[in-house]
Amino acid sequence: MKEAFKQLLGGGIRQFGMVIALVALLVFFQWRTDGKVLTPTNAQNIINGNSYILILAVGMVLVIIAGHIDLSVGSVAAVTGIVVALAIRDWGISWWVGVLLGLGVGLVIGMWQGMWVAYVGIPGFITTLAGMLIFRGAQQVIGKSNSVPVPEGIQKMGSGYLPEWGPNTGLNNSTLLLGILAIAFIIWSALRQVAKIRRNNLQDVAPMAVILRAVILSAVVAYLTYLFGSGRSGTSFPISGCILLVLVIVYSFVANRTIIGRHVYAVGGNRSAAALSGVNIKRVNFFVMANMAVLAALAGIVFTGRSTSSGPSDGVGWELDAIAAVFIGGAAVSGGVGTVVGSVIGGLVMAVLNNGLALLGVGSGQTQIIKGLVLLAAVAFDVYNKVQGRPSIFGLIFKGKNKRAEELVSESNEESASVAVADGETAARG
Amino acid sequence: MTSGPVILEMRAITKLFPGVRALDEVSMTVAAGEIHAICGENGAGKSTLMKVLSGVYPHGTYEGQIIYQGEEVRFKDINASEHAGIVIIHQELALIPELSITENIFLGNEVRGRFGIDWDEARRRAVELLARVGLRESPDEIIKNIGVGKQQLVEIAKALSKDVKLLILDEPTAALNEDDSQHLLDLLRGLRSKGMTCIMISHKLNEIEAIADSITIIRDGKSVETLDVAGGGINEDRIIRGMVGRSLESRFPDHTPKIGEKFFEVHDWTVEHPLVPGRLVCKNSDFFVRRGEIVGFAGIMGAGRTELARSIFGRSYGRFLRGTVKINGEEVNLHTVQQAIDHKIAYVPEDRKALGLNLLDSIEETIIASGLNKITRYGVIDPDAGHAAAESYRTSLNIRTPSVAQGVAKLSGGNQQKVLLGKWMFPDPDLLILDEPTRGIDVGAKYEIYGLIQRLANEGKGVIVISSELPELLGLADRIYTIFEGAITGVVEKEDATQENLMRLMTGSSSAQAS
Repeated sequence: MKEAFKQLLGGGIRQFGMVIALVALLVFFQWRTDGKVLTPTNAQNIINGNSYILILAVGMVLVIIAGHIDLSVGSVAAVTGIVVALAIRDWGISWWVGVLLGLGVGLVIGMWQGMWVAYVGIPGFITTLAGMLIFRGAQQVIGKSNSVPVPEGIQKMGSGYLPEWGPNTGLNNSTLLLGILAIAFIIWSALRQVAKIRRNNLQDVAPMAVILRAVILSAVVAYLTYLFGSGRSGTSFPISGCILLVLVIVYSFVANRTIIGRHVYAVGGNRSAAALSGVNIKRVNFFVMANMAVLAALAGIVFTGRSTSSGPSDGVGWELDAIAAVFIGGAAVSGGVGTVVGSVIGGLVMAVLNNGLALLGVGSGQTQIIKGLVLLAAVAFDVYNKVQGRPSIFGLIFKGKNKRAEELVSESNEESASVAVADGETAARG
Repeated sequence: MTSGPVILEMRAITKLFPGVRALDEVSMTVAAGEIHAICGENGAGKSTLMKVLSGVYPHGTYEGQIIYQGEEVRFKDINASEHAGIVIIHQELALIPELSITENIFLGNEVRGRFGIDWDEARRRAVELLARVGLRESPDEIIKNIGVGKQQLVEIAKALSKDVKLLILDEPTAALNEDDSQHLLDLLRGLRSKGMTCIMISHKLNEIEAIADSITIIRDGKSVETLDVAGGGINEDRIIRGMVGRSLESRFPDHTPKIGEKFFEVHDWTVEHPLVPGRLVCKNSDFFVRRGEIVGFAGIMGAGRTELARSIFGRSYGRFLRGTVKINGEEVNLHTVQQAIDHKIAYVPEDRKALGLNLLDSIEETIIASGLNKITRYGVIDPDAGHAAAESYRTSLNIRTPSVAQGVAKLSGGNQQKVLLGKWMFPDPDLLILDEPTRGIDVGAKYEIYGLIQRLANEGKGVIVISSELPELLGLADRIYTIFEGAITGVVEKEDATQENLMRLMTGSSSAQAS
């Protein structure tokens, strides 16, 4: 039973838990609000209103996997927003040049912070705590604490929709196309995986599970296509959502299929082992910090687009939302663990909670309490699972003999290993 | 011998770890007021025995009895044993570098006054204790500002502050220079004359010969014999014979070496300790490796074998002072680990969990970790190629697991070691440095690892094996270098090597110059 579930998801139990939590939340709020959550307008609002946090979460998960933290992202987003807004207004450059400028500002800030973290060896917590102050201050100095409007191009990035075109299908055609492409990709990759299983004669994954997963995923995408595409005329899947989608795909790929991505996991998992495997730890640390600031800059630009101007209180507290999303999404506090998709799902859990509770008329105080408890529960779940010798929550739910046996094996390994180290106290003594 | 009354008797202590019998009915008797040394090879069980005695392994986790001052004791933790007056000073000093001498001495045992800690009283007692151990330092001095030798004395002062009756010292002079060691031994003599009983674990046989009243020798988890030094007739050779006197079983696969030309040469390699300036961990080391040759590095723990290997492997340990490495006659730069890997050197560390493996990784992820370049095209990792590589190593190294997706944390020690070997065979190195490749793994897996090492040598690779088990080196290596206190003290061909002559060379024994 548990194995079947695992295979169906093809990923970690943790991520699976979050998907279930997300679905359960949606169903719950849909029921309690009499269907106000899963309406096209509300769904579009959830995406538009949270995409900047989710963009931050994409960068933050890499920082956290590498074993650092970045507290400066809100300030970096804010200072970028004001620079872009002022540059476009005062220098008369076009909006996309402004966006490039903003990303450049992010890169410079990121290299600054990366330098301190990677090459001077100041912990990320301290470096970015300083950055939080520095760039918040810089934003106020540069913007003189005024609000500066941004042009329509940038507004589209934050709150625009995909264009309407072609024959009347009853849905927004851009969204429809996106949905069809996504489903095609899901089916294609499922077929490829099945072919691989057949070719290599793998025993650990059943082809049926892969196909079933593809069917379920396709159904979900089809529903989302309908949900986002069937709104009032002129609305569709938001552009900020598209930006996020591209980032999720690109960064998942970077994390899993490129050398720098694998090195981020290696550094977070065991720094010494990574160093002895030829990983350039400084370069990895520099990369994650620099990358984070670029994404923070992008988040800042998207947010100014949504709020149509850059204001002095932009970005306050964003770092905490992004960090919470990453941890809810299954990253480990000690580093080495986490996924881009998981973090975005974690962020969506928070977003749906916010949205659903608001629709229910729950006050912001209570909402914050609930969000805090959710964060605590999600991380407690991880910590609980990590303590060896205890059956996992899944083990408790699906009690079975094999599970217990497996547990015992890992327990005894753990024991003998810790002894080997304690006995010799051997590291680097030769 | 001052044959006082018996203060401690350990009877038939047996301690099991999963799959390993670390102690097998070990017995020892310590008389009050003597210095009792425990000798044995690395891994013989000395430290485990002391951990049983001091309550690190609480009563109930071992079998046997401990009789202390005439009564059977059952310590449930270290506090219980300290309360009874048994204090252990570990090899790694347990002092807080940023705190003062006084604060360290009374850490966990603070002097209570009417309002919180009575620092005046604490400082007064610290001065007394420092006088007792012969340390002329202000009690307010910060620990990190005094040398290792003085730190060791502070440890002893700390033990004295606890009203210690039985002091256990684990390799007390391992980190000390000659003068500090001498001073420490004098201090122990002084304590003995005031009635203190000491148990001392040491590898330095000359020191033991000089100071111990009696010696218990432990070998392979069994107590072999107790020698009465005061009775006379005990010298280093006698101790060595007791330590190594086991028959060499045929636990090695058959192997006919095919040794080629010299291809890897290290000259004048000198490295300083990363934290202690002036302390050299490698001193003017010269050695070479030939193709197809298995070279052994023998030495006691802390002799500098790992330091030598790691400093060569991309300067991943210590501060490089001087030295050259030539590969195929050409001098090469090995400033970073990546450069070492590019020059086809591999280093498999001794501490699998801390330095070798990312315990979050699967077998597959571990095996490809050092050779990602090999399976990357246009900057994109090809997971199929990685999977194929992992599968091929699973088969050829006989890694017992249903799937390469299995997490390495769940594997047994032997299988973990095979995965690590696979990880370092994957980049196809010419020289493999294996640091304690069979530590903590069972006999069957050892045999397989030996076979793998021989297979690598047969493929024309050079293999350096660092091992603390002399029989292993004798059975495996074609040539053995001995290292003592950072210096290479000798090189012995396979035909000439015996446990006795190696042990002499690696303990810096005076009678070693013969070879």
